[in-house]
Amino acid sequence: MAKTYDLNDDSVVVIIGSGAGGGTLGNELAQKGIDTVILEAGGRHEIQDFENDEWGMFGKISWLDPRTTSGDWRVAKDFSGLPAWIVKAVGGSTVHWAGASLRFQEHELKVQSTYGGIAGANLLDWPITLKDLEPYYAKAEDKMGVTRTNDIEGLPGNNNYKVMKAGADKLGYKHCHTGRMAINSAPRDGRGSCQQIGFCFQGCKTGAKWSTLYTEIPKGEATGKLEVRANAQVLKIEHNAQGKVTGVLYADAEGNQQLQKARVVCVAGNSIESPRLLLNSASSMFPDGLANSSGQVGRNYMRHMTGSVYAVFDKPVNMYRGTTMAGIISDESRNDPSRGFVGGYEMETLSLGVPFMAAFLNPGAWGRSFTSAMDMYDHMAGMWLVGEDMPQESNRITLHDSKKDQHGLPIPNVHFDDHPNDIAMRNHAYQQGAAVYDAVGAVRTFPTPPYPSTHNMGTNRMSEKPRDGVVNKWGQTHDVANLFVSDGSQFTTGAAENPTLTIVTLAIRQADYIAEQMGQKAI
Amino acid sequence: MRTVDKKSRVSRRQFLQTAGAGTAGVIAIVNGAFVMGANGAWAMEVENLQPSTMATLIQMARDIYPHDHLADSYYAKAMIGYDAVAGKNGDIKQLLETGVAELDGAAKAKHGTGYLSVGWEEDRADLLKAIEDDSFFQRIRGGLITGLYNQPEVWAKFGYEGASADKGGYIDRGFDDIDWLKA
Repeated sequence: MAKTYDLNDDSVVVIIGSGAGGGTLGNELAQKGIDTVILEAGGRHEIQDFENDEWGMFGKISWLDPRTTSGDWRVAKDFSGLPAWIVKAVGGSTVHWAGASLRFQEHELKVQSTYGGIAGANLLDWPITLKDLEPYYAKAEDKMGVTRTNDIEGLPGNNNYKVMKAGADKLGYKHCHTGRMAINSAPRDGRGSCQQIGFCFQGCKTGAKWSTLYTEIPKGEATGKLEVRANAQVLKIEHNAQGKVTGVLYADAEGNQQLQKARVVCVAGNSIESPRLLLNSASSMFPDGLANSSGQVGRNYMRHMTGSVYAVFDKPVNMYRGTTMAGIISDESRNDPSRGFVGGYEMETLSLGVPFMAAFLNPGAWGRSFTSAMDMYDHMAGMWLVGEDMPQESNRITLHDSKKDQHGLPIPNVHFDDHPNDIAMRNHAYQQGAAVYDAVGAVRTFPTPPYPSTHNMGTNRMSEKPRDGVVNKWGQTHDVANLFVSDGSQFTTGAAENPTLTIVTLAIRQADYIAEQMGQKAI
Repeated sequence: MRTVDKKSRVSRRQFLQTAGAGTAGVIAIVNGAFVMGANGAWAMEVENLQPSTMATLIQMARDIYPHDHLADSYYAKAMIGYDAVAGKNGDIKQLLETGVAELDGAAKAKHGTGYLSVGWEEDRADLLKAIEDDSFFQRIRGGLITGLYNQPEVWAKFGYEGASADKGGYIDRGFDDIDWLKA
């Protein structure tokens, strides 16, 4: 039986969110004997609740609370009320992530030095280097069981991968394989191996894919030092006259407000909710929002340059069989400004079922051009393109000036304009993605526009100097010593790689720091 | 490689014995209360919308997302829910009745006949193109994304097998069986 803590227990660390950042941090702290409470806005859906049903699971686990959008990004037109495709449930977006676990490249942690001045981009070097992260990356890869690390074999390639690999070989790409995936290729850590079910986005029915839901969280609970409270929507972080945070106000499952006292508060609600909470926690002492003396809370929102290429062949592929993200080409992830943009991108196989393909192949399209593509569904191969986007101060999360949520709090607006570098990179990626498939005889290719954001980053960014960002190199806010940010919103810049591994890495590192600071009574 | 049988297996449910009357198109209106497919393959009772409105909506659904391997019954299934919605929501009923009336008006002006009787899909699509930004069209199109493509019965016709965990995944059922790629 997991431990429960009293609302008035002010010795606990309270973590807001139970995904890659919050779930990992909660277990790491509990393993060190630190009393920890995780408040999760969503419900607890275990593996037996998962369904191989795209819309069914979408309705069950997605974050569907009202949000608005603005800016010139196509998501604002196609999915105006759904800027992000993330999870509201215990485990957070590790329930629906695909599993790609790539380390950042050295230069991606110092982009201001590497890329130089880019007009309109608010570039900044991270206050940490790859060398600082390497020992923690190693711990994260071991924890998550990442293939092609720790002597874990790569996953076998499915049909979708084989098409990509054949095209990559013909184009002369050198770095194409079945990926570094947090999906067991053989039983490990009490979890079975991948059965090539597909439906990775709907929750892994075998648990072969790492998710905090059935790894970190039960492990933390087993220590007797971690309580996870589901259906607890945090509304506000409270502070005292000394400017230290003292507790967290939340609405419980019945909608009643509760105040959980805390010694330390860690915010890990993903890059829209985390800054929203800090902004909604404004007070007379912090009139612009908590930890926002820099004015950077909510700014520099990044969502990766994304897009997809689907291709039709004259013979069947059946791409939906097996792991959703079944292979990767990394050749374009280097920084090579001769291509007309800085930074790079990864090409990763992706498949959608018929229900999601209809919604995402070309949103809003109708008529024969669209249906003739759908008619060839079983002859399609597909890939997702994911690359570094430029941080821009004006791309930001703000509080809506009139619309309120079910708790009476302003809803977030997500503003995003593509930077010219993002557009140049996307066009290059569309061209190369189509070339991969053309090389193996594609009869038709589709440059599919971005889905709602799955990679949300940078709205409470890490900086050396307090004026440039929100948190220091440990994720500790510059303004409030016992307030931390523990999710992807602390990313200074986004790199080309899928963010989860780095979120987990930072959480493990942050746990060491929090334990040390608590031990020294510094917090 | 293992491929999926995409042949149509529509059960021909004979709700009505005879195609009583009506239009030259394959979607017919019978006894003023039923909409029926070709040769009586399917039929539905319409209570809140005019049957002619429902018949036009079904044709419109096919013209928006035309799949020649899908029988009209799948389009009918995607649209029939609007009858109940119209019964509860007067605004929706108004939107649909007015939308169809205007579409018929545009068809008569251009082709001298109602939308259902315009012979070529291309001509009907042109009529839809003229209203594609309107809320009426957008509601019908948007609803079809799940109304049509999320019917488990249509998945196999696209070669999609749906849920697989209950069958043990694809590890022994062709996840890597592609056999036409040349090295």
